[in-house]
Amino acid sequence: MSKFVIIGNGVAAAGCIEGIRSIDKESEITVISAEKHPVYSRPLISYYLEGKTTLEKMNYRSEDFYEKNKAELVYASAEKIDLKKGEVAFGSKKTKFDKLCIAAGSSPFVPPMDGLDSVKEKFTFMTMDDSLALEKALKKDSRVLIVGAGLIGLKCAEGILERVGSVTVVDLADRVLSSILDNECAAVMQKHLESKGMKFLLSDSVAKLETDKAVMKSGKTVEFDVLVLAVGVRANTQLAKDAGAEVNRGIIIDTKMQTTLENVYAAGDCTEGYDSSIDANRVLAILPNAYMQGFCAGVNMAGGDSSITNAIPMNSIGFFGLHCTSAGSYFAQGEGEVYEEKSCGGIKRLYIKDNKLTGYIIIGDVTGAGIYTRIIREKTDLSGVNIDKLKNNATLAMFLPETRRKMLGGVV
Amino acid sequence: MKRVYVNEKWCLGCHLCEYNCAFANSGMTDMVKALKDKPIYPRVHIEQSDDITYAVSCRHCKDPLCVKSCIAGAISIVDGVVKIDKTKCVGCLTCVLVCPYGAVRPGPTGAAQKCELCLENSCGEPACVKGCPNNAIVYEERQEEK
Ligand SMILES: Cc1cc2nc3c(=O)[nH]c(=O)nc-3n(C[C@H](O)[C@H](O)[C@H](O)COP(=O)(O)OP(=O)(O)OC[C@H]3O[C@@H](n4cnc5c(N)ncnc54)[C@H](O)[C@@H]3O)c2cc1C
Ligand code: SF4
Ligand code: SF4
Repeated sequence: MSKFVIIGNGVAAAGCIEGIRSIDKESEITVISAEKHPVYSRPLISYYLEGKTTLEKMNYRSEDFYEKNKAELVYASAEKIDLKKGEVAFGSKKTKFDKLCIAAGSSPFVPPMDGLDSVKEKFTFMTMDDSLALEKALKKDSRVLIVGAGLIGLKCAEGILERVGSVTVVDLADRVLSSILDNECAAVMQKHLESKGMKFLLSDSVAKLETDKAVMKSGKTVEFDVLVLAVGVRANTQLAKDAGAEVNRGIIIDTKMQTTLENVYAAGDCTEGYDSSIDANRVLAILPNAYMQGFCAGVNMAGGDSSITNAIPMNSIGFFGLHCTSAGSYFAQGEGEVYEEKSCGGIKRLYIKDNKLTGYIIIGDVTGAGIYTRIIREKTDLSGVNIDKLKNNATLAMFLPETRRKMLGGVV
Repeated sequence: MKRVYVNEKWCLGCHLCEYNCAFANSGMTDMVKALKDKPIYPRVHIEQSDDITYAVSCRHCKDPLCVKSCIAGAISIVDGVVKIDKTKCVGCLTCVLVCPYGAVRPGPTGAAQKCELCLENSCGEPACVKGCPNNAIVYEERQEEK
């Protein structure tokens, strides 16, 4: 019998619980959760504001999840990891562990901003409670200013657009979704968002806030009632760092999800794990990664043997019915072939280099996109693939008949 | 577990499986009313490579990426069958992003849908298999390849 402790209670923690239980049905599991909710689907907080889901449906797992998995859920903030004693301290209490998983996620980064204190209605957008607090402040005629045109800022904008007077999004970058889209694709998405009524101030930033007015670096001013800060997130690494683990932008983990400390694992947004698309460690703050890392950590903590060597960045994000999927890495012009196809309201760009698909972006019809994601993840050598068919459509038609017969005729 | 397998040699490319699938999942009793003059949303799709055609539907993977990736926790495995809870799905298409076979697609409401082996609709066994005129799709137990 071992004693397992998990710090954090997001999707990575849920994966960890399920990973442990796939091997060890009996040992004690304690989950320490700073948020006072059972695990919920974090990405759905914008869908909630849009009326596309309910608080109940946002539960990531069934009501009896903890009971069924014999996991004890404690609502508290873990304050210290004592490696020598094998203990985690929270509040006035302590709990022992044989194996620990840090699944502490990330926190919104709020840059120092001149005059931020003068703003009454200001919010970040990370948690269910953030979403509920923001909802309370929204009125039919609210003018909302969102700082950050990344995934979180734009999802927030989509979620509230129909409920408020106006939404303006400002970003230092020269394009929307700069971490997942190239220039061409970002332009297509921006146009779509503008057609729905969002306003953008790009290549600009807030120089000063004065109660209900933002003065931009460019000299422009924007009046607002509600401010949302979605500049970016930072991995929660402090606990690990204090315990002596190696930490960069995230907690460094190997392909088995172990930190540089014995018996201490980490998973999800708080980590920097192996990204096979760049052959280096990187923070991959996406939900599928959080689940898979959590599960893998759990298996290893319970004495099994699991590793992840093929993680890549990937995203599926839609706005007002226009979908966008992307995966892998892109390269600068001239370093390889970029195949581009434009369709009504959409665009597809495939990045092909050294006989491999390194990355892709599709906006519009994303049918079959997972096949592109697969050949990036598996680093498929394109000599065995029909490149014209690959460019044309994401279907199994691009593979050799023998390969396809295995896919459709075997247990996978 | 029984799964749907494809014999591409025998596929005629007649698309009957697509119609039978759309009908079986329509919840209606009259095929004409269910399908005529409407866009259909089958969960099996005929693809073509040169002069070969074949049907693609969910493989019910043993270690499914869609289940691990769904941002709403809406996909689960029940007795080996991979199922989507339509009421929880928000239509983000992360499952489309990760399915290595291109087997999941948005349905009429925008929620993702895919083959669930007709175990819960009126058909009771895969309608695509039942209606295939040339046994190009079969529903049977096969061993894992070594
Ligand atoms: C608005 C929004 C939209 C998103 N959309 C998508 C999307 O479409 N697709 C996608 O793939 N990803 C999306 N993401 C990212 C995705 O939500 C994360 O990658 C995922 O939730 C990470 O899970 P996690 O378990 O690692 O961390 P988290 O979900 O952040 O969970 C960590 C938990 O640990 C708790 N914690 C931290 N420190 C302590 C402590 N000391 N003691 C106790 N508890 C602690 C935190 O309070 C938190 O509850 C989105 C994120 C946001 C905010
Ligand atoms: S939808 Fe795709 S990934 Fe999911 S079980 Fe079916 S074939 Fe596998
Ligand atoms: S589209 Fe639905 S089923 Fe697919 S990943 Fe998104 S929420 Fe899950």
